[in-house]
Amino acid sequence: MMLIELTDVRKAFNQGKPNEFWAIQGITTQFEVNRITCLKGASGSGKTTLMSMIGCLSRPTSGRIRLQDRTISSLPERFLTQVRRHTFGFIFQRFNLIPGLSVVENIMLPAYPLGLKASCLRSRADRLLEQFLLADKASNPVEWLSGGEAQRVAICRALINDPQILIADEPTANLDSRLSREFMSLLDQLSKAGKTVLISSHDPVVFDSPVVDRVVELEDGLVVSGEG
Amino acid sequence: MIALLRKQRYFIDYTLGTMMRHKGKSLGLLTVYTIIIFMLASVMLFSHAMRSEAVALLADSPEIVVQRIQAGRSVMVPADYLQRIGKLRGVTEKRGRLWGYYYDPAVKANYTVMASEQDQLSINDIVIGEGIARTRGLSIGDYLTLRSHEGKAFSFRVLRLLESESELISSDLLLMNPEGYRRLFGIDESLYTDLVLSVRNPREIQKIAEKLTLLLPDSRPILRTEILRTYESLFSWRQGVMLILLLGSVLAFVIFAWDKASGLSAEERKEIGILKAVGWETSEVMRMKFWEGVIISLMAFLIGYLAAYLHVFYTSAGLFEPVLKGWSVLYPSFQLTPSVDGLQLATLFFFTVLPYTLATIVPVWQTSITDPDLVMR
Repeated sequence: MMLIELTDVRKAFNQGKPNEFWAIQGITTQFEVNRITCLKGASGSGKTTLMSMIGCLSRPTSGRIRLQDRTISSLPERFLTQVRRHTFGFIFQRFNLIPGLSVVENIMLPAYPLGLKASCLRSRADRLLEQFLLADKASNPVEWLSGGEAQRVAICRALINDPQILIADEPTANLDSRLSREFMSLLDQLSKAGKTVLISSHDPVVFDSPVVDRVVELEDGLVVSGEG
Repeated sequence: MIALLRKQRYFIDYTLGTMMRHKGKSLGLLTVYTIIIFMLASVMLFSHAMRSEAVALLADSPEIVVQRIQAGRSVMVPADYLQRIGKLRGVTEKRGRLWGYYYDPAVKANYTVMASEQDQLSINDIVIGEGIARTRGLSIGDYLTLRSHEGKAFSFRVLRLLESESELISSDLLLMNPEGYRRLFGIDESLYTDLVLSVRNPREIQKIAEKLTLLLPDSRPILRTEILRTYESLFSWRQGVMLILLLGSVLAFVIFAWDKASGLSAEERKEIGILKAVGWETSEVMRMKFWEGVIISLMAFLIGYLAAYLHVFYTSAGLFEPVLKGWSVLYPSFQLTPSVDGLQLATLFFFTVLPYTLATIVPVWQTSITDPDLVMR
């Protein structure tokens, strides 16, 4: 079953200026539900740009992105945020946890604008902390965490609003191969639990992992293999 | 509705957390901000209190005071001027007053000495204000020795202490029997310091003053409204001088606050990017920053204003006293009656809290309308 559909998506930076650069040069593909799809490619191939457009963090310069039956590429900022908040969970390359806040505060951050009951929000965060073996770290500042722990906190934060799709951008770039494999097995669990995962990486531990269902290879802003 | 309130609570919680994370910056800003509010509020409260004191001081005073002018100087008024004034329509009462100043070298203080007929004082009795009692350590029944114009010492018994709404009126006041006054200062029976006229209808005052200058060409009638106006402009002028002196520090603060509030660091910009990426709306990021501005400026306002209130009404504005009060009321010291002008309070609030809060929001708005995908890079 198709979930995300891209039609001739293009993205330019500094459009109209002498340093104009087309990061994505016309991609048409589809991503399906409950699957782990890996966007593979060298640095500068357009993986992150494509992921940010799919995740409603930015808009394409031209082309169309559809999520289920809804075109999201032309939505105004306000609606884009709503889609992002309820549909996507993000795991960033540098984890992007907010220093000075505790583990549990970082995890609860995406849920604040929902105005949930404090006890309900806290129990949701506690469940995730249990699930990802972080319960004893809940009140620690995030600066005290190891790379693997920070990664798991980032996953918990991505899951706090129970999104349908997880977007992970170069998630293993700051992890050693053992932790990278651990991370892939966590993604496998999440996929089995019904999540759709989009992951960008040029790390063989990721794209050669048996848990990845499909690999889409990008080069210079174009899909060179694995088109859906 | 409840969800909305909860949301605001989360934003405030988060904001407080952010401020605690940048303790140095927040505390520094709060301290400087508080000092500025404290200084501005002190000047405003003090000037307002002084004006209120002046109004209280003159509330019971006669409508017209008549002085005699000789060669441009004020001199004693002959008692027969009261007869020369005769019966003027609208004047309900006219009498001569005896008053002056007495410098007490023992405490380096100036007392205002007045002859009082109402108090039925004997020639050796006096009634004194709280200020004199405090300075000289006197209580009822004690004796105060004053040196006369001839150098003779006269001892007066303190019959009672003056109580008044305004300490400014009574603090340095010394009341005595008219005969005792004349003896102390060597003033002839046929002279008064000035004359006072009570007028019931305020619309007649001006006309009566005109008639007085015709009847007594060497006199100068002083109207109560004129005195009030003089006080008003005197303290407004002093407040203005003080505010101009403070202007430098206010400007320095504005630059400092603008820089702190408007210049977002790379760390803050990244934080805004993260918040937007995890699903916060532009308006929610701005609300968070709005709360930050509100918390800082409101705290500074409350602490600064409270400190200014204590400074003005409990320590007699020790810091600004010399500039604002002037020399004549320096001795003995007095406590101001607490009084706050709502309009002045509101003005200070709107000129401090609002601009700062806006200064925090504008740069956040600029940052938060950009695509959040910057955090991906």
